[in-house]
Amino acid sequence: MKLLHKLLGWVDARFPLTATWKAHVSEYYAPKNFNFWYFFGSLALLVLVIQIASGIFLTMNYKPDALFAFASVEYIMRDVQWGWLLRYIHSTGASMFFVVVYLHMFRGLMYGSFRKPRELLWIIGMIIYLMLMAEAFMGYLLPWGQMSFWGAQVIVNLFSSVPFIGPDLALLIRGDFVISDVTLNRFFALHVIAIPLVLVLIVVAHLVALHEVGSNNPDGIEIKKHKDAKGKPLDGIPFHPYYTVKDGVGVVGFLIIFCAIIFFAPDMGGYFLEDNNFIPANPMKTPEHIAPVWYFTPYYAILRAVPPMFGSQFPGVVAMGVATMAFFFLPWLDRGKVKSIRYRGPIYKIFLTLFVISFIGLGTLGLLPATPVYTLIARVLAVVYFAFFLLMPWYTRIDKCKPEPDRVTSR
Amino acid sequence: MNAIKKLWMLVLLIAVPAVATAGGAEFHLDKAPVDLEDKVSLQRGAKLFTSYCLSCHSASYMRYNRLMDIGMSEEQIKKDLLLPEGTKLGSTMQAAMDKEAAQQVYGVAPMDLSVIARSRTPDWLYTYMRGFYVDSSRPSGWNNAVFPSVAMPHILAELQGEQTLEVERYEGHEISKLVLTKPGSMGVAEYDATIADLVNYLVFMSEPAKLVRYKLGFIVLGFLFVLLILVYALKKEIWKDIQP
Repeated sequence: MKLLHKLLGWVDARFPLTATWKAHVSEYYAPKNFNFWYFFGSLALLVLVIQIASGIFLTMNYKPDALFAFASVEYIMRDVQWGWLLRYIHSTGASMFFVVVYLHMFRGLMYGSFRKPRELLWIIGMIIYLMLMAEAFMGYLLPWGQMSFWGAQVIVNLFSSVPFIGPDLALLIRGDFVISDVTLNRFFALHVIAIPLVLVLIVVAHLVALHEVGSNNPDGIEIKKHKDAKGKPLDGIPFHPYYTVKDGVGVVGFLIIFCAIIFFAPDMGGYFLEDNNFIPANPMKTPEHIAPVWYFTPYYAILRAVPPMFGSQFPGVVAMGVATMAFFFLPWLDRGKVKSIRYRGPIYKIFLTLFVISFIGLGTLGLLPATPVYTLIARVLAVVYFAFFLLMPWYTRIDKCKPEPDRVTSR
Repeated sequence: MNAIKKLWMLVLLIAVPAVATAGGAEFHLDKAPVDLEDKVSLQRGAKLFTSYCLSCHSASYMRYNRLMDIGMSEEQIKKDLLLPEGTKLGSTMQAAMDKEAAQQVYGVAPMDLSVIARSRTPDWLYTYMRGFYVDSSRPSGWNNAVFPSVAMPHILAELQGEQTLEVERYEGHEISKLVLTKPGSMGVAEYDATIADLVNYLVFMSEPAKLVRYKLGFIVLGFLFVLLILVYALKKEIWKDIQP
């Protein structure tokens, strides 16, 4: 024990080990009133680690070659020991990453976690979300099935609709005139090293920013307003051990759902692994119905809802881009006097509910073939989606807020 | 809570009609009686697969020795499946017919069937293999109720016999029905059971890990539930001194 103590002293004299542990874990004070919605941040971190770990082992057996990619995935599923488990962990992890991140973002919308002083924290989080979409999109090409191929074809073609530079831009992304072996190789490089590397770095930045401003809480009030003589927030509790054990409960609860999917329904009825992706990519045969994986479908539905103008798909692509980027501006769009939905008036509650309905509705429509009726519904929902952001400065200002409590409450 | 309930109602209102129309005008699919626990059925399916399907189709991700997972011994695999002398048990299932020759005969190269039960559903396969009917307008003389203008002829016609497609009008709807016109060596029930074995085997072959996946799943979930109780008790204990 004494030796260990001495070793720690030796390290601390050369590296801020104890100081870092204290600042970020044992003496990082988090509000004591976190509820269910506060599990998803730590769960997102867990899924990131799961994806990196399972991804490393998949990379050892996968071949990024148009001739061998599909076969190497089946090789992993059949001949590699525990390969099927690794692959299902990784494919389920991709979908669960988005489940967890969407719930994490929704928590932010409910409790005003994007508001001052957490604007930069929110923006870093949004960058993580965009990187995650790129990561998922490139990873989906790797199994080299029909949906991998044609999904990538559709998305890359969107870039070619950009005026003037479009065709060159698409060429730059593909590295070829069609999705090919070259595309597969570069997507593999981006998927296994470039994006994950950046992703890990900005996740660290997200945590550093969080610990600088401190966590928000379901009451949306600042715990740093009331401190004791030592400067510790009265409503704050050390992250360790309190939230390490509480998040531990969340982790095990999450793993139960995660493992139930992996072992009993890894394809989730075609939503996590699409049926058509068990047919090797065939550039000569377009599938009847191309649908992206479920986590992209809200934006895909917006893309299809916008009619082409001047014979170009570009307006739809812009709408899709704006739909994802709109979240960045939330800290400045929201003019409410309070942060948390608990003390907001009815108008914000109605708008947030409508927004969730439009998001889920668009997500559902994006999975289905476009019929005139569905397109009409998608247009209405897209208007609702954008109204949530565009009208926000107005409706948050006129909303009748209730008084915030002075100290955090538990319910 | 009320808002959430209303939200789900709306989601259902959007989703349900969508699911209802998805089936559309297609031929009704019968439920395939898949049972991966039934090793005898899987073995019968394996024999059927190797003696009929493997003539033209390959299953190039499936190794013969994987059949030991469904209870066959090395001897049985070699003898019951009539493997050519010198075939290694670790080799993958290749078609007897040359791919290019098959393309010339049927117009398309027969597809690999390793994961066919995942790209096509078991129900589709079960209905498809029972859905061939005589159609003189097709080059092969055969057509299929679930796969119109299929290139493959009815390989199992000697077992099932010949069917014709009859269209009935019923309250303005057209209903297609298959009628057996010339019986084969098997009765209807016997043929259906044979196809059930084959589909059962195809489901196994498309994902051999499925046999262990379910069993392992129960153990993993059991462990996690016990862990959940322990972690929750630990959380309760540590949080005792926090005043709400």
